[in-house]
Amino acid sequence: MAGKVNEIGLSKGDYKGRPSTLCLGCGHNAIVAQVIAACYELNIPPESVVKLSGIGCSSKAPTYFMERSFGFNGLHGRMPSLATGALFADTSLIGIGVSGDGDTASIGMGQFKHVTRRNLPMLYIVANNGVYGLTKGQFSATAEEGLALKKQGQNSYVPIDIVWEAIAGRASFVARSFSGDPQQLKALIMAGLHHKGIAVIDVISPCVTFNNQDDAFHSYTWGKSHEVALHELSFVPPVRAIKVQYAQGESLEVPLYDGTHIILKKLSQDYEPTDRARAMDMLEQANEKNELVTGLIYINPKQESLFDIYNLPETALNRLKPEQLRPSPESLEEINQMMY
Amino acid sequence: MRAASKKIVREAKPHKDLRKFVANMVYVGVLTNLLGIEMEPIKEALEFHFKGKANPVEFNLKVIQLAHQWADENLDLDLPWRIEPRELTKDFILVDGNTAGALGSIYGGVHFVSWYPITPATSLPETMLEYAPKLRVDPETGKRTYVIIQAEDELAAIGMVVGAGWGGLRAMTSTSGPGLSLMNEYASLAYFAEIPVVVWVIQRVGPSTGLPTRTAQGDINTTYRLGQGDTEHILLIPGTVGECFEFGWRALDLAEKYQTAVFVLSDLDLGKNQWMAEPFQYPDQPIERGKVLWEEDLEKIKEEWGRYRDLDGDYIPYRTVPGNRHPQAAYFARGTGHDEYANYSERPADWVNNLNRIKNKINSSRPDLPKPVILKKRGAKNALIAIGSTDAAVREALDYLKEDGIKLDYLRLRALPPAEEVLDFIRKHDRIYILDNNRDGQMHGILSLELPEKATDLVSLTHIDGLPITAEWIAEQILQEENH
Repeated sequence: MAGKVNEIGLSKGDYKGRPSTLCLGCGHNAIVAQVIAACYELNIPPESVVKLSGIGCSSKAPTYFMERSFGFNGLHGRMPSLATGALFADTSLIGIGVSGDGDTASIGMGQFKHVTRRNLPMLYIVANNGVYGLTKGQFSATAEEGLALKKQGQNSYVPIDIVWEAIAGRASFVARSFSGDPQQLKALIMAGLHHKGIAVIDVISPCVTFNNQDDAFHSYTWGKSHEVALHELSFVPPVRAIKVQYAQGESLEVPLYDGTHIILKKLSQDYEPTDRARAMDMLEQANEKNELVTGLIYINPKQESLFDIYNLPETALNRLKPEQLRPSPESLEEINQMMY
Repeated sequence: MRAASKKIVREAKPHKDLRKFVANMVYVGVLTNLLGIEMEPIKEALEFHFKGKANPVEFNLKVIQLAHQWADENLDLDLPWRIEPRELTKDFILVDGNTAGALGSIYGGVHFVSWYPITPATSLPETMLEYAPKLRVDPETGKRTYVIIQAEDELAAIGMVVGAGWGGLRAMTSTSGPGLSLMNEYASLAYFAEIPVVVWVIQRVGPSTGLPTRTAQGDINTTYRLGQGDTEHILLIPGTVGECFEFGWRALDLAEKYQTAVFVLSDLDLGKNQWMAEPFQYPDQPIERGKVLWEEDLEKIKEEWGRYRDLDGDYIPYRTVPGNRHPQAAYFARGTGHDEYANYSERPADWVNNLNRIKNKINSSRPDLPKPVILKKRGAKNALIAIGSTDAAVREALDYLKEDGIKLDYLRLRALPPAEEVLDFIRKHDRIYILDNNRDGQMHGILSLELPEKATDLVSLTHIDGLPITAEWIAEQILQEENH
C-alpha cells in the first residue's frame, strides 16, 4: 500500500534532507522538521525551492531538509547578498534562508538590514540561541544581559532584538516563534512561504550543549571535572526536545536547557499586526516586562518587493537565449558614431 | 589685449547681456590666426555647442573673425607651431576605458551587475546604467534582460554576484583596491566552489586609501591571489580602450567556460582618461555559456553526473543551475571541502583531487586567454615586457631608444596565468626588462616564479608616484642599464 502523499503526489520522505549532525535535542532540528512539514502541506515541489545559509550551527540546517532543492551554504553573515543574486536568476523560485543569531545580528547585521529594506521575496529564518555553537559557547549579540557562560564570564551588553531590527529595517513580514512550539512555528513558516516579500521569523531555539550550570552534566565544568569523559565533550546525550503548548493571549514561562527560562507571550487574537509603530511600541512594552512576544508581529502584504522594481521578462533570466542577450551589430555602429 | 578685446566685442554688437559671455571668443579668434586653424571646423564646433541655433553661432563666429583680423593686423609673432587637420585619427573614436568596459560587458550579455561606488571604478557601472536601458530592453514587451543593483558595500556587491553566477546569470562587479580587499572572501569561494563571476579592478594608488584619484598598477599580486589558501585567478589585462571593450565580453565567456572568477585588471589612467582608438569591434564569437546541463541534457547524459566530476578529462565539470526542475539536478554548493558530488567531505583524497583539478583547470585556460602583443626589432637580443596602460609610453620610449641605437623587442602581456608565448619570449632573450607601475615589481615577481631558471635575467623597472609612467623615464632607465 502506498504511503501518505500530498496533493502533488509526494511523501514526507521526498522533503527530507541528510541526517542531521546537530546535537540531539537542538532546537534547530525542530525548525527543520517544521520547514519539511510546511512545504509538504503546502504542496511545494522541492525543485522549486532554493535553500540558502551563512555559517554556523543554524546554517547547517538546510542540509537536513529537502535534498532535491538546490542549496548554497555561503559565507558567515553574507547569506542575504548571496540570496539576492541567486533568486534573481529565476524569480519563480522560493527562497528559504536559514541564519543564526551570530550570522544575522553580529557579522551579518549590515546585510540583514539591507535585505529587509529591499524586501527580497524569501523566507528568512533566524535560528536564535544566543550563543556561538560551532566555536563552542561564546555570547552572541542576542544573548541576554547578565547571562553567565563559564568561559566567557558575564554578558555585559544588552541584547539585539532581531524582530525589532527587522521591523525598523522595513521588513514586510516579521514573526517570532519558539522551536518547541511546532504548531505555531509551522503556521508561521507556511504564512511566510506565502508572503510576497521578505518574511523574517526569529525562532528562539535553545542550545542544548553550551549550558552554563556547573552541575549540569554537559557543561564545561562538568567535562573538566570528569576527565575521562573530556574526549566526549562534543557528544551530547539525548535530551528530550522542549515542547510547549499555550493558547493565544497567554504567557508561559519556559525553562531552557541552560537553566534559564524565557517568558513567551503569545499575541492575542485581536492584535492587529499591520501597524508598524504599534508593533514597535508593543515590543518595547514586552521588553520592559522581560517577555518575548511570539506570533506574527508585523505584516504589510502590499509592500513593493525587490522583484517588482525590475521589469523582468516572463522567462527566467537564466533561461534567456544568447541572442536575447547580445545587442545587434547595428547598435554598436551607432555607438561608435557617438564616441567623439 | 584687454582693451583690444573690449573693442572687438563692441564691434560685433552683441546684445548687452551677452557681452561678457562672448569675450572668450576673442582668444579663440586670436589663436586661429596664430596657429593657422581653419575657420570651417571652428564653425562646426560652434554649431555643435549651440545645437545649431543660428543667433549665438553667428555672434560668436563674428567675434572670432574680428579677433582673427585684429591679430593679423596687430600681432607680429612667428610661432613654431601650426594646427592643421591630419588623417591619422580619421574615423577614430574618443572614449575612456570604463565606458568601453561597460559597453563590452553589455554586448557580452551580462545579466546581473552589483556594485558599490568607489573611485575610479564608479563610472563603469554608471555607464551601464546609461546604456543598458537602450540596448537591453525588449522593444516589444519593454522587459529588461538585465539587473543592476547598487549594493550596500563591496561585501554585498560580490556576494550578490556570486549568488547570481551560481544561479546561471552572467554576473559582474567592478571596484578598486579598498573594495577589492572586501571582496577577498567571496572571491575565494567563487574560486573553490567554481562559480563564474567577473570582477573589474580599476587600480588606484595603494596601500590603504592611498591616492584615490591617481593611477598605479599596484594590485596585481592582490588580485592574482585574492583569497584564502591556494588561490590563483585568471586575470585579463587590457592596455587599450579597444581591449577594454573586447575583454568586457570575453571575460564573461571565460568565467562561464572555466566556471571561475575572472578579473579584468585596468587602472585609472586607462579607465578614466579619454583615448583615441579604432571603433569598437563587434564580438567575433558567439556567447559562450560553458557546460550547463538543463532538464533535457540530464535526461540524455550517459555517465553519472556529479557537480564536481570531471567527465570530459578537461578538468571542467558540468554544472546545473537553480530553476532546473529535473529531480537529479540539485546539489548543495559550499565553500567547505566537498567530494565530486558536492557533499561535505574531509577525506584527504577528496581535498587533494579537487584542489589539484581546479589548479589544472585554471592552467588549462592559458592558451585560451588573450595572447600577448609582440613587437619585434630585427637583431634585438634584449626585450621589454609591460602591461596595461603603460603601452603608449613604452612605444614612445622604444622610438627614443632607437635613436640611441638601442633595439629592444617588446611584449605586452595581456593575461595571467601567462601564455606559453610569454614564457617562450622570455627564454629567447638575454635580458628582459619588466616594467611595473608599482614599488615592488609585482609583475617581475610573478614572471620570476613562472621561469625561475631565467629569473636572474629579468630586470625590474619600477616607478610609482601617482602619475602615468612617461616615455622619457622608461627610455632613461633602459639607457642606463644598457650602457652599464
